[in-house]
Amino acid sequence: MGFGSAFRKEWLEQRRTYRLLIVAVVLLLFGLMSPLLARYTPEIIRMAAPQGEEIIKLLPPPTAGDAVDQYLKNITQFGVLLALFMTMGTMSLEKDRGTAALMLSKPLPRSAFVLGKFASLALTFTLSLLLAGAAGFYYTWLLFGPPDPAGWLGLNVLVLIFLLVYVALTLLCSTMTKSQVLAGGMSFGLWLTLSLLGAFPRIGDYLPRQLTDWAARLGKGTGVDSIGNLSPLIDGRSGTYWPALAVSLGLIAASLLVSCLIFKRQEL
Amino acid sequence: MDAVRVEGLRKRFGRVTALNGLSLSVESGSLFGFLGPNGAGKTTAIRILTGLAGADGGRAWLSGIEVGKGNGRTARLLGYLPQEPAFYPWMTAAEMLDHVARTFGLNAAERRRSTEELLGLCGLKEASRRRIGGFSGGMKQRLGIAQALVNRPAILLLDEPVSSLDPFGRKELLDLIDGLRGRCTVFMSTHILADVERICDTVGIIDRGRLIVQASKKALLETYAAPVFDIEADSDQEAAFRSWTESLARVPWMDSTVFPEKSTVRVLVNDPAAAKRELLASAVKAGLVLTRFETVKPTLEDVFIKLVSRAGD
Repeated sequence: MGFGSAFRKEWLEQRRTYRLLIVAVVLLLFGLMSPLLARYTPEIIRMAAPQGEEIIKLLPPPTAGDAVDQYLKNITQFGVLLALFMTMGTMSLEKDRGTAALMLSKPLPRSAFVLGKFASLALTFTLSLLLAGAAGFYYTWLLFGPPDPAGWLGLNVLVLIFLLVYVALTLLCSTMTKSQVLAGGMSFGLWLTLSLLGAFPRIGDYLPRQLTDWAARLGKGTGVDSIGNLSPLIDGRSGTYWPALAVSLGLIAASLLVSCLIFKRQEL
Repeated sequence: MDAVRVEGLRKRFGRVTALNGLSLSVESGSLFGFLGPNGAGKTTAIRILTGLAGADGGRAWLSGIEVGKGNGRTARLLGYLPQEPAFYPWMTAAEMLDHVARTFGLNAAERRRSTEELLGLCGLKEASRRRIGGFSGGMKQRLGIAQALVNRPAILLLDEPVSSLDPFGRKELLDLIDGLRGRCTVFMSTHILADVERICDTVGIIDRGRLIVQASKKALLETYAAPVFDIEADSDQEAAFRSWTESLARVPWMDSTVFPEKSTVRVLVNDPAAAKRELLASAVKAGLVLTRFETVKPTLEDVFIKLVSRAGD
């Protein structure tokens, strides 16, 4: 009852305030554009640069792998920004404006209030990625030949988990403060920190950024087997991808748990 | 059984003491006016009763269930209207009431019936499909009352329900609250004494986080029935008049003064006999030309000022 009514309201808000539309359109555009950019970048260089023909000779011909790289780079970069922007005010604004106090004077559990928000944002990103993934798959097929469907699906599932890590972390920041700007700043700081740490070989193996490397392998059809037999994939750099997945899921769960605990203690 | 019972409630915000051992009890079915100047602790007490804030000390019960220890049971008994009710601007009034009804677990038929009934009761039927973002302050306040009544509460907590409204809106809302008499216990905080005088049957006066007095409105006016002196001076004697009223502060039989206008004063006294003997003589001695001097029955406002100023001494 509590979670259902909270989720229903949040999902209505996602649609009514155009959040779903914005996330879906932005991700869909990148889903469409990424294979196109990969395919036509040499043509663009040829037309735009004075010595384009010479430069083109130095570049290898575009492949489906380039489309996967473009797709991943764009979707994760803009997806994280969207996760931050769409989530940073979700708790702080309700506390600041007083709507949280009004609703929580009713028999609505505070944990349902928090989890309803996460679930609706997760659904927004899932549907948007579904669209973007379908568009990216179709254009990659058109321009480079058919990609592996299971690999492409695996890629998008990993991207979704990667984005949900930032949704959950931003939700935690938003729970901690009444200021939307402060919540955004804290989340941005966390993103930068995780991105920087992700660049270090040993530490990076355990952080969400590693999921994008795994996603790239799956998208390029070199790691699909690992989904079936659950055997660890060996990255060219050092270790396996499973710890990064476990840490990412753990970060999501921990962020939600801590958000609920903090929110339960807060005075409204 | 008391609808609301509070014992020794304490709350501090840093160095500020909001509640300093507040104790009171409100009988079931009464329309209780919780009076106090701004910053007296009214909103803090109500927020603790709703469970939105915790107390540093003391306990509170709603219909015998201790607040904060009933696993949300007290929330089912309550209707709550905050001082400035905030809504989701993208929702319509009907959607808002439906959303609140869902949190109480009402089924679809109950929700539909409750929403229609409350929109009618609060005069929002015409605006039921309009987004709340476009509502006036009065409409939001009426929607606030409507959402507080969704669960047919046993206790209705209203925090300054009419302070932000124009006179017309105030009258409408007070009539609405008055109409709830007998349906539930109303606990209404306000600093507007005329409103309490108009609709409440029991009054509690709070100042600096403590209850000064609690009684029925009638008993309160009878207990503090010492006459009040209304004095009006010639309009060109404003400075002399002001200086004379200031000199009254040193007189032992005087409680306080209120200035409704520049050349009039309302004098509250603790010894009417002495005041009758000396007040007029003192004004004449000060060379004032008075256009009016009369003793009148005290209003609730007079009682409030008398009690609050005494507590502050």
